Amino acid sequence: MGRYIVKRLLETLVILFIISIIAFAIIHLIPGDPVYIMLGTDINQEFHDQVYREMGLDRPLVDQYFYWLGRFLTGNFGHSYYFKQEVSQVVAARLPITLYLGVFSSVFSVVIGIFCGVITAVKRGTWLDNIITVLANIGIAMPSFWLAMLLIWLFGIKLRILPTHDFVMPSVNLKLSLQQMVMPVICMSVGGVASYTRQTRSSMLEVIGQDYIRTARSKGLTESRIINKHAIKNALIPVLTLIGMTLRGCIGGSAIIETIFNINGLGRVMVVALNNRDYTTLQTGLVLLALITCLCNLAVDIAYAYVDPRIRLK
Amino acid sequence: MKQSAKLFFHTLFRRKIVVVAALIILFFFICAVASPLLATHNPNEMILKDKLQGCSAEHLLGTDQLGRDLYSRIVYGSRIAFIVGVLSVILAGIVGTIIGLVAGYFGGIVDSILMRIIEAIMAIPSIILALALVAIFGRSFLMLPVVLGVSAIPGYARMMRGQVLTVRELDYVQASRIRGNSSIVTMAKHIFPNCLSPMIVIMTQSIGSTILGEAALSFLGAGIEPPTASWGAMVNDGYKYLYTNPGFAIIPGVAVILLVLAFNIFGDGVRDALDPRMRGGK
Repeated sequence: MGRYIVKRLLETLVILFIISIIAFAIIHLIPGDPVYIMLGTDINQEFHDQVYREMGLDRPLVDQYFYWLGRFLTGNFGHSYYFKQEVSQVVAARLPITLYLGVFSSVFSVVIGIFCGVITAVKRGTWLDNIITVLANIGIAMPSFWLAMLLIWLFGIKLRILPTHDFVMPSVNLKLSLQQMVMPVICMSVGGVASYTRQTRSSMLEVIGQDYIRTARSKGLTESRIINKHAIKNALIPVLTLIGMTLRGCIGGSAIIETIFNINGLGRVMVVALNNRDYTTLQTGLVLLALITCLCNLAVDIAYAYVDPRIRLK
Repeated sequence: MKQSAKLFFHTLFRRKIVVVAALIILFFFICAVASPLLATHNPNEMILKDKLQGCSAEHLLGTDQLGRDLYSRIVYGSRIAFIVGVLSVILAGIVGTIIGLVAGYFGGIVDSILMRIIEAIMAIPSIILALALVAIFGRSFLMLPVVLGVSAIPGYARMMRGQVLTVRELDYVQASRIRGNSSIVTMAKHIFPNCLSPMIVIMTQSIGSTILGEAALSFLGAGIEPPTASWGAMVNDGYKYLYTNPGFAIIPGVAVILLVLAFNIFGDGVRDALDPRMRGGK
């Protein structure tokens, strides 16, 4: 187990190294002079040169990378000319919101999805199974922004019971925060709920057909005991692998959902930074989001190896 | 060969829902091919005095904020959905297959490097990756499939690699090596054909999600250049008029759902039809 963890840790470091190269490369791959693109062409030559040097663009490429990486690792993310503050401040204010909504949506997806999946498998062929399966199929096919709009129209405009935009953290105003997060969380987790339902259902059905379940039945165990004690545990092993991807999906989806609901999170900041070519914010956000995904994957992999010994012995 | 194709289609269309899905795909395909015949108006013609109308005999689904006919724009929008959806799956499928084949076949350091790069791409949220690629490559008709394809490559590569690992040590692959065939011949003639069917399955299944990706990208204003009609961009246009004209934003979304749903169901059908366990039985 220890060896496996060390191996995965080293792999994660390599992945992060590659991501840092990608984040660094973006600034050079987007056509044009980065400083002019970032600040507009109506700045004077001296200011241009100053920023050019500040970003290290006058050095050789390899030097530039290590200069950038060195500053990045010491927490010096640079200055955002678009947000007119330090990137660390931009990120510090927004990352908690994205993480809060992302984690909440992920947990919501996992719990509801697995619950629906188990129900549909156990009640296979009944009207309940059919309805949930149809809904799950629609949930996967539905664009999250479209659902967001439908909800805004229904709850915000027609019924007027939920706020349609902005978000405050629960520490600021608990009641408002809860009301504000209903629609974004639904939109961010609908795809997740749907895929968990489908995955759990097919995995449950597979397990229920196995010999040891038949053995349990012939021993005369009650159906609920068979499901809870024997089937669910084994059926959830393949479902576990989805969890790492869920947080990634929720955080990625936040770019769209935060834009629609006007939530001041990192996802929206990334879209704004990209549209305004705010390179420093963009690079930082990219590395941070990837870092979160990698850590999450690492945690899931270790948990997976813990649950299923076949993985760590391979 | 003929026999197995017959069996494939027989199993595929045994379930009625798959037939319905195939018909929906066919319907939108006809819309895409015959857009000029089916549209009632020029999709880009702006008649400002007719803007934001509801449904009528003249404008079947109403008009948008520039007085363009919504029905005609949805018909033309199917072109973008189809071309971008199918092309990017094919592109990503080819690149992913090659990466997966090479990584799985050679193993060792090649495998490690390729897989770490793949995992690095996977760690970046796909919509952000797509937005960044749009900033690099632009948003022309030909570049969009590339932009959307990149974030799909990891899935195919990992799938292919897994398949290769299961057949790599089998006797017929060894035999090919012993005969002195080069790695490329062994991979192309002996490994690839035996890994093909799961690849076809996930490619069919992911056309839907690629269409969703295109819709999301154009919703964020980074899709195909306006005024070309795209469903995601139409939803975004309609968003501003949600208060007065909810249909404007909602209808193009219904088109997205129908097509994506149809592709997903069809993909599941293809999976079942290619699965030997599902054949024959009732």
